[in-house]
Amino acid sequence: MKRLLIALMTTAAAMSLAASAQAADKLKACWVYTGPIGDFGYSYQHDQGRLDVEKALGDKVETAYLENVSEGPDADRAFERLAREGCKIIFGTSFGFMDPEVKVAKKFPKVMFEHATGYKTGDNLGIYNARFYEGRYILGQIAAKESKAGVAGYIVSFPIPEVVMGINSFMLGAQSINPNFKAKIVWVNSWFDPGKEADAAKALFDQGADIIVQHTDSTAALQVAEERKLKGFGQSSDMIKFAPKAQLTSIVDDWGPYYISRVQAALDGTWKPDNVWLGIKDGAVKMSAYTNMPDDVKAMAQATEKKIVEGWNPFTGPVAKQDGTPWLKDGEVADDGALLGMNFYVKGVDDKLPQ
Amino acid sequence: MDITVNILLTIATAATPLLIAAIGELVVERSGVLNLGVEGMMIMGAVAGFGAGYLTGSPWIGLLAAIAMGAVFSLLFAVMTLSLATNQVATGLSLTLLGLGLSGMMGTGFVGQPGEKLPNLYIPVLTEIPVVGKLLFGQDPIFYISIALTAAVMWFLFKTRTGLTLRSIGDSHTSAHALGIKVIRYRYLAVMFGGACAGLAGGHLSLVYTPQWVENMSAGRGWIALALVVFASWRPWRVLAGAYIFGAVWIGQLHAQAFGIPVPSQLLSSLPYLATIVVLVLISRNKRLTMMNTPASLGQPFVPDR
Repeated sequence: MKRLLIALMTTAAAMSLAASAQAADKLKACWVYTGPIGDFGYSYQHDQGRLDVEKALGDKVETAYLENVSEGPDADRAFERLAREGCKIIFGTSFGFMDPEVKVAKKFPKVMFEHATGYKTGDNLGIYNARFYEGRYILGQIAAKESKAGVAGYIVSFPIPEVVMGINSFMLGAQSINPNFKAKIVWVNSWFDPGKEADAAKALFDQGADIIVQHTDSTAALQVAEERKLKGFGQSSDMIKFAPKAQLTSIVDDWGPYYISRVQAALDGTWKPDNVWLGIKDGAVKMSAYTNMPDDVKAMAQATEKKIVEGWNPFTGPVAKQDGTPWLKDGEVADDGALLGMNFYVKGVDDKLPQ
Repeated sequence: MDITVNILLTIATAATPLLIAAIGELVVERSGVLNLGVEGMMIMGAVAGFGAGYLTGSPWIGLLAAIAMGAVFSLLFAVMTLSLATNQVATGLSLTLLGLGLSGMMGTGFVGQPGEKLPNLYIPVLTEIPVVGKLLFGQDPIFYISIALTAAVMWFLFKTRTGLTLRSIGDSHTSAHALGIKVIRYRYLAVMFGGACAGLAGGHLSLVYTPQWVENMSAGRGWIALALVVFASWRPWRVLAGAYIFGAVWIGQLHAQAFGIPVPSQLLSSLPYLATIVVLVLISRNKRLTMMNTPASLGQPFVPDR
């Protein structure tokens, strides 16, 4: 087995040498996705960003990507392979790539690494993230206005800070309209399984929710909402085509501008590991058209969006934790560190956080 | 009452693709061939079904395309393992890998496009009967096909002469060959039947379950179908029971979560698999029965001596 591995590695190294010799004049930028680029969700949007880089920087760059890379030990090999193949800048786009990327970044000090949605940095490893929670606050407000039952169904993937933050922001938004608003939460333990997402949506609707929110990547849940003549929100991409009568709005990720600026910096030699968290005001988080709702709800959503662009943070006190203990004092704003490590629910969430 | 009906309907939708793919694989394995490419054939069926439905606007044509694609794709496996006598495990695995990759490539143009959905059955009066109406007369067409298919396979394997011949090939291909039975021809047909079923199961995914095309949308269902065949100790009615137990636990855990039952969701998510293992252990306690049902020459390549 060991011998086989060594043989494989030497061939890979030889091949990468050949590849880098050919492309010496171009900068090679590479991406690692956890899902398929055809998921029409999270990984799809990252890949759109990659295509934007190709379009903007033209023949100065060469891009490559690996899709369907599972989070965990397998990711080590993916990053290592790209680094050996002559990638000069590598973007890891999923939370679970954090530790593998830290490890591989140490091995290849001359390669520039960037990791999305994580919190560990290094000499050649920067992090970037988008403030999706800003959009989720708006979803919460719309849900509370539009739901007749006062209950939303919330489909979630894994209990990581990113997701918990989203649930909390959604609930704060909903409670700002209807203090008794409830969300039923179902963990599907997968980022991407259309069948399971559809089943979860059906289960939630059957149990009385009349609006669906998701933090998983496919359009399946929204299609169930369309079929049942109920409402829901899209995720990552504008999914209006799949649910013309059901989608209220969708939080759309737009990574293009960020990727272009970073690859440009790498070309200019000005790249430094960064730590950025882009929101609605930076254009990295966009709300797709507000549809299927009355004008006053639409106006409210737009007003909140404007407030957020002007610098207001949805996590502004007073906010209490789930058990009632105070977290943020009146007017106090949560700092980014607290948000990025969030592992508790705010008051009113009707679920036990999986540990 | 409504919620019970809805839950049962959801379970049926979740169980149907598993049942169809597993019934097909059961026939393949009864003939003594182990095809691990179910996942690959399923996803090829899904992309073909979606594509044909999307391009022609008719989900029925999509359904036929899914079946045809599954059968054609399985031919690749048949030629390799039956005519060229390659290793069945390795060939099956590569069929899955090839299917996942190829379907992704074929489906590039379909990503982000809403597809056609097969309409549910609707019979005036009958479908409107409270409770049972929707369950018996209001489901998607593939649900009825899956039940009919199970009954037909049961009848074919245990009540017809051809079925007996097929099973005898699975038990000892050399003896069957000595008797003058055309082993390879039977196996070709069995593999293609399995492929057609896997393709149909894939079509169910992209035309009924979640009418859309996305890469990897089968999400491991082919592997569950494979496990179900072993779980059912190669008995069709047990495949049916297994698929529905799996579906029920699968849907049940989602409802338990939505209901707010304070059990860790990771545990709930693994329940369908745990339940399958437990039942498997219970069933296989009777060694003789298990031995009797296991096709004895399963997975062994057969090269007829001339």
